[in-house]
Amino acid sequence: MTRSDIYGLMAEFDSAEAITKAAHRAHEEGYRDMDAYTPFPIEEVIEAVSPSTTGVPFFVLIGGVLGASGGFLMQMYAMTIDYPLNIGGRPANITGWPSFIPITFESGILLAAFAAVISLIALNGLPMPYHPVFNVPGFERASQDRFFLCIEATDTKFDRRRTREFLQSLQPRQITEVEP
Amino acid sequence: MQRYEQIEPIEPIIGPGQTYATITERISSIPLTDLRQTPRGWLVGFAISFSFLMLFLISILWLFARGTGIWGLNIPVAWGFAIINFVWWIGIGHAGTLISAVLLLFQQSWRNSINRFAEAMTLFAVACAGLFPILHLGRPWLFYWLIPYPNTLGMWPQFRSPLAWDVFAISTYATVSLLFWLVGLIPDFAILRDRAAGKLQRQIFGLLALGWRSSSRHWYRYEMAYLILAALSTPLVVSVHSIVSLDFAVSQLPGWHVTIFPPYFVAGAVFSGFAMVLTLTIPIRKWYNLEDFITMKHLDNMAKVMLVTGSIVFYGYLMELFYGWYSASVFEQYMVLNRMIGPYAPFFWALILCNGVIPQLLWFKFFRQNIPFLFVFSIIVNIGMWLERFVIVVISLHREFLPSSWDMYTPTFWDWSLYIGSLGLFFTLLFLFIRFLPMINIFEMSMLQFSENEKARRREARRVQLAGDTPEPAQMA
Amino acid sequence: MTMQSPEERVDLSEIRTRLAGATGQQYWRSLAEVAETREFQEFLHREFPGGAAEWDHSFSRRTFLKVMGASLALAGLTACRYQPVERIAPYVNAPEQIVPGLPLFYTSVATSRGYAQGVLVESHTGRPTFISGNPEHPASLGAADIFTQAEILTMYDPERSRQVLNNGDKSTWDAFVAAIAPHLAELRRAQGAGLHILTQTVTSPTLASQFRALQSAYPQVQWHQYEPVGYDNVRAGSQLAFGEYVDTLYHFDQAQVILALDSDFLFALPGSVRYARDFSNRRRVRRDKLESNRLYVVESTPTITGAIADHRQPLRASEIERLTRVVAQRLGVTGVNNAELPAGIPAEWLEALVEDLQQHRGTSVVIAGHNQPPVVHALVHAINQQLDNVGTTLSYIDPVEVNPGNQLESLRALTTAMQAGQVSMLVMFGGNPVYDAPVDLDFANALARVGTSVHLSLFVDETSARSTWHIPAAHFLEAWGDARAFDGTASVIQPLIEPLYGGKSAHELVATLMGQVDVNGYDIVRNFWRSRGLGGRDFDTFWHTALSKGVIEGTAAPPKQVTLQATEFPDTVAAIPADELEILFQPDPSIWDGRFANNGWLQELPKPLTKLTWDNAALIGVATAERLRLRNGDVVELRTQGRTLRVPVWIAPGHVDEAVTVYLGYGRERAGTVGTGQGVNAYRLRTSDSLWIASGQLRRTASRYELVSTQDHSSMEGREIVVSGTLAQFRSNPEHPPFFHGEHEYRSLYPDYPYDGPRSWGMVIDLSTCIGCNACVIACQAENNIPVVGKGQVANGREMHWLRIDRYYSGELDNPRVYFQPMACVHCEKAPCETVCPVAATVHDDEGINNMVYNRCVGTRYCSNNCPYKVRRFNFLQYADLDTETLKLQRNPNVTVRNRGVMEKCTYCIQRISAARIKGEQANQPVLKDGDVVTACQAACPTQGITFGNLNYPDSEVNRLKAEPLNYGVLEELNTRPRTTYLARVRNPNPAIEPDMPAGEHHGTETSPHSVIEPEMPADGHHGTE
Repeated sequence: MTRSDIYGLMAEFDSAEAITKAAHRAHEEGYRDMDAYTPFPIEEVIEAVSPSTTGVPFFVLIGGVLGASGGFLMQMYAMTIDYPLNIGGRPANITGWPSFIPITFESGILLAAFAAVISLIALNGLPMPYHPVFNVPGFERASQDRFFLCIEATDTKFDRRRTREFLQSLQPRQITEVEP
Repeated sequence: MQRYEQIEPIEPIIGPGQTYATITERISSIPLTDLRQTPRGWLVGFAISFSFLMLFLISILWLFARGTGIWGLNIPVAWGFAIINFVWWIGIGHAGTLISAVLLLFQQSWRNSINRFAEAMTLFAVACAGLFPILHLGRPWLFYWLIPYPNTLGMWPQFRSPLAWDVFAISTYATVSLLFWLVGLIPDFAILRDRAAGKLQRQIFGLLALGWRSSSRHWYRYEMAYLILAALSTPLVVSVHSIVSLDFAVSQLPGWHVTIFPPYFVAGAVFSGFAMVLTLTIPIRKWYNLEDFITMKHLDNMAKVMLVTGSIVFYGYLMELFYGWYSASVFEQYMVLNRMIGPYAPFFWALILCNGVIPQLLWFKFFRQNIPFLFVFSIIVNIGMWLERFVIVVISLHREFLPSSWDMYTPTFWDWSLYIGSLGLFFTLLFLFIRFLPMINIFEMSMLQFSENEKARRREARRVQLAGDTPEPAQMA
Repeated sequence: MTMQSPEERVDLSEIRTRLAGATGQQYWRSLAEVAETREFQEFLHREFPGGAAEWDHSFSRRTFLKVMGASLALAGLTACRYQPVERIAPYVNAPEQIVPGLPLFYTSVATSRGYAQGVLVESHTGRPTFISGNPEHPASLGAADIFTQAEILTMYDPERSRQVLNNGDKSTWDAFVAAIAPHLAELRRAQGAGLHILTQTVTSPTLASQFRALQSAYPQVQWHQYEPVGYDNVRAGSQLAFGEYVDTLYHFDQAQVILALDSDFLFALPGSVRYARDFSNRRRVRRDKLESNRLYVVESTPTITGAIADHRQPLRASEIERLTRVVAQRLGVTGVNNAELPAGIPAEWLEALVEDLQQHRGTSVVIAGHNQPPVVHALVHAINQQLDNVGTTLSYIDPVEVNPGNQLESLRALTTAMQAGQVSMLVMFGGNPVYDAPVDLDFANALARVGTSVHLSLFVDETSARSTWHIPAAHFLEAWGDARAFDGTASVIQPLIEPLYGGKSAHELVATLMGQVDVNGYDIVRNFWRSRGLGGRDFDTFWHTALSKGVIEGTAAPPKQVTLQATEFPDTVAAIPADELEILFQPDPSIWDGRFANNGWLQELPKPLTKLTWDNAALIGVATAERLRLRNGDVVELRTQGRTLRVPVWIAPGHVDEAVTVYLGYGRERAGTVGTGQGVNAYRLRTSDSLWIASGQLRRTASRYELVSTQDHSSMEGREIVVSGTLAQFRSNPEHPPFFHGEHEYRSLYPDYPYDGPRSWGMVIDLSTCIGCNACVIACQAENNIPVVGKGQVANGREMHWLRIDRYYSGELDNPRVYFQPMACVHCEKAPCETVCPVAATVHDDEGINNMVYNRCVGTRYCSNNCPYKVRRFNFLQYADLDTETLKLQRNPNVTVRNRGVMEKCTYCIQRISAARIKGEQANQPVLKDGDVVTACQAACPTQGITFGNLNYPDSEVNRLKAEPLNYGVLEELNTRPRTTYLARVRNPNPAIEPDMPAGEHHGTETSPHSVIEPEMPADGHHGTE
């Protein structure tokens, strides 16, 4: 086990099929700290390289509940406690609740949506202007038509030589050492 | 027959011979084109839209200077074009979210090539819609009194009023649509960043891309979040136009006080939204040679959606008339007759023609796939939907309970200029969008291409091993 | 007849046929939308290509600015003038008790039309702001007509003359005095020969005595009087009947049966306000007063008197005389024989009428209109004698005018003298003869031949412009004076404010003519009454009471015994030639003879029946319109005696056929920015030999003119809006009158909101006594600072009146039944407007009032859309004039002046309520009682048709009325719980003419609510698309 001074090893493939195969192989090999870079999400690859849960839904739930309850309570407070008025002879009490449903619903949705987007960006650690993988030559095509698999140096099984040999066995277009 | 069914799915949602590279290239090349190479057609179109936008601004200036009296409004017709336009625009603004969210949930992958565009259209339509409720105020500079905020008056909005509901519905809808759109754009910004020629372009798109690096872990959360947003937007899109319809349904005016308003307003919104999408995509796919991405199949599907929603709307009209008669109330009955044979009757019958009769042609594949027809038809529907709001707002108001207060409503120059002007705003934004942003979702198209290839392969395999056997279900899309 | 395209034709015949088919359930609609396709096409044309209504309304905007922004020349005018230095006596408080914020009330009398109308003037720290009636005054009893109330605006009119003019050049009073001094000296030497005075009707004792003094100074001075809408015929009639001038006083509270022959006695007489009160006292019905008087009206032009009548017959004015003869003959008046009934009056109708009159000897009264020839009046006197009505329902008094006579002849004499150049000096006290003198006298020309002409008037009008000298006159609120009411009662006019524009009163001018320098009106008037020796030794007390009461005790004229001398009644009226129609001249219901032309309130006031504003028109009947194929707004050319006038047509249902009415007072050339150029000048057709009834041709022209009416639609469309029935039906079941459609049960998921404080307000309006006189509308406008918006805005349906009077028709097109319904915010307890306001700008207070919070309103206008009564008004533009100083002085300081973009509506005069509330709380009497709060409309109503009060005060009148079986709420089926309710209109038709239906079954009969409220929308294209 030699501690490594690189971020990881990046293998470049030119088809979705190839990277899918590669990702599975790597997973069977026991690699865990690895990531794939593909122009579009590919189910199998994600299964192979990603953590078990995204965490997004939980925050959305929180947001939704806060929004809805907040919206409803605000209206109740405004119309019955803080500044009750005789509006068209309607009693200024809880019996007015049906009028408050639309806003309750909307505010619920609003906060849920914000929660979804914010948690997405935050959990993905964005915005992140610099990242080692950007150093890989030709990586700009990761967003277009090339498929990359990167085994990171932090992985317990990572070893410069053996990992490189393993990647070679997947017939990539090329293998690059990712500068940190 | 079965052969046919097996051939059928070959009707493509992506043209033949496209690869990830070509897709990306084709779509991203449009925003990345050097400013100096901007097509002349675009410049002309933009110039025209922009001049209408100026008309819009001038009208607003005059409006603020003089007051809503510059319109044809009066008592009893205290709501006119401003509200009609508001409802019309907000209706148009429903297609985008519907296409991107609902169809996503139903896994209608053919949506991928039109959803970005539709979402953009939604945003711009909502922008137009959002202006009118403010413009139509007698004292527009006080619009913020409708928003709950701590103030020295100690006052709150009056939450029993549908107009207060509107504020929340519209603002929520605008915000969520914007988020949805931006989230969808992040990966494409990354693509543009990576393809950008100039340094400046790269920096701008790099900034917008937030450092997106197409990592699978990111994709994982991304898809989850996107799906949730879709799941949130779907009830939202239904609620928004329902609430807009409550602006009328909650009142007690004959012709407004109708319980079926929410569903039939929502249907109408989808109807008009798709109409506008057609109106816009048909020319654009031509000018930018995107026939490979927005194929006949898309047009055909949209036509089908319009047929369904159009029929629902038509049913709504008939039900209104029926209830009017069935209510046994002199007011309701008069309202019905006044619509059909009153001074504004031609508007009503024009509405029936545009939204009720003509859409029935879509039962025939011939019309669904006849592009010139679809284009004209989509415009007819846009007009029809505007007429619908005119019928609801003006015809109901101008003759209601006490005959002594009956009056006519005549739009003025400024009524029209503000309406035309808002079209100017809409198209200006739209032109900017198609010029500077990828109007088709690139990564989704690549994904689509991928899945299509998969299918093709599987289809191929099956055809080889068991020719003429039962076709797999849901091979459509 | 010009050729017309078919769709341009008014297809009235087709309406008729439809009506005929309608088996009694008349399907009535206002002729504005007869054959509505045309309207709609116009609408299309107007809308799609042009559409720029607001653009080409730049005209209207200009008018609007003219009206509101009037003269900026006033910028320099300081806000408050001080009260007169002389001690004037307030009605309640003494002036030294002025408390800022608390108004003072002073009595005075308005003399707008010669006769005194007692008024109370509200004054806020020295500026009069509001005129209401003086309860102590016999001609008012607390009520006030539109003219009297609108005078407050005239007084502050920024366009009133501010400057002595000499041949149009600015001059001064002193220059004037100096300039005429030599003339006067000359005249003195010449015994006054060549000195002529022209006044309007004068009832001022002081002025009379001054004129007598003038006559002693200038023995040969000639005093002429002319009133364009005068009572020559009435005077001549009494002359003819009794051989002397007498005025007739009517006591309608004694009259059970009334026959009005072309007499609009509820509007057109000096005593009309009082007459309306007396009439209504006998008119109103209650659970415990199951009787009512009966009014027969035969008239040519539809009037409010005809509208309230139980039986109305249209008849050409020129045929009234024949009818009168018939009636006289049937009643056995001597000297009348072989009279035959004019066509158009059914014989059985006449039978029933005569029968009714005979049965009510001593309790009936017959009255003829001022446009009818003397002989008709003589006949009417004879009839009343015959019916023993003298002394009960009417009495005679010596003329109230100081110098009764034939005004027309006196004017004719003057103009002849002028033409002959015998007039070296003509002094005109008010009036505007150049504009309103009979056209054949050619006054303008004659005036040019006068040596020195002096015109004292409020405005620089047509006459001033042609006079040598124009002297700005002081308004009656600015100068001392006195006047007598229709019954002779004298009052002192006490000024509320120093002359705003340095005007002079008639008294001062006469004094000047007599060479008396620096005498002031106060001394003149006061000395006159002192000289009368009234009040004995203690004159000051007398004077003070006279001022504070507003009437001088014991000056009412005593009844006078007269004996009928007329033995035969010669025919006078020449029949109208067959090929011509009758042209009738009537004073305008809003601006009278033109003297109120520059008053924005009156110009914008919808005329009671036509609902026209800002214009006069040629009113014609439906049959005439049908025959001549005329529709509203078609310009026709009237031709009589070689003179022509182009005037737009307005179809007035109930107007007699073969006749056309033109209201006087419009087409002013120099009225001011408000009045100049509005309408057409009917005086151009009015000659001295046919002041009222002319005959001539009517020729349609190709052109059209936009007439603006505030109510386009006059059918109730089968809705229970005005409920009405007959007295007999009411009697048949007083607890549940059969003409009600049945109870509307109120249901709600919500509990009622408790209004259990000391006060909770409500209003009841009695439709049986509403005569549609508009007094309440003007009162509301004056009290609540309601702006005038101009013709263009009214055309757009943006009039701002908080209180409007809806007018509905039912029955036959030629003689429809008319229903008036005052409609303002009804203050629903479940107010639809409140729930939809997103900013809580309209909310209820704990006294049940639906409040409008102007400064919270953002102007969504949703409240108006959701208001079933459409009583909310919106400031679409900046209507309130914020520039004109004097108009600011006029405003009620307790009522917010609304700016652009906010909604407004009736507040139940919240400012009066809160004033009373404060007083009550201070006096520790929180429960306000009747009379503590009187709304402006209620106070103004001559018939006391409006009752307002505290529902939480158990025995308030309003509670009693709401318990009446006739009480109902308009549109209460919508569960709005209106706080303003109405008492159903109860008519008292003669069963001999209108057989009564057994209660309950009233299908398709005139008397049934079904005719008032047409039951079903027939499915044919009634909405006018065929």
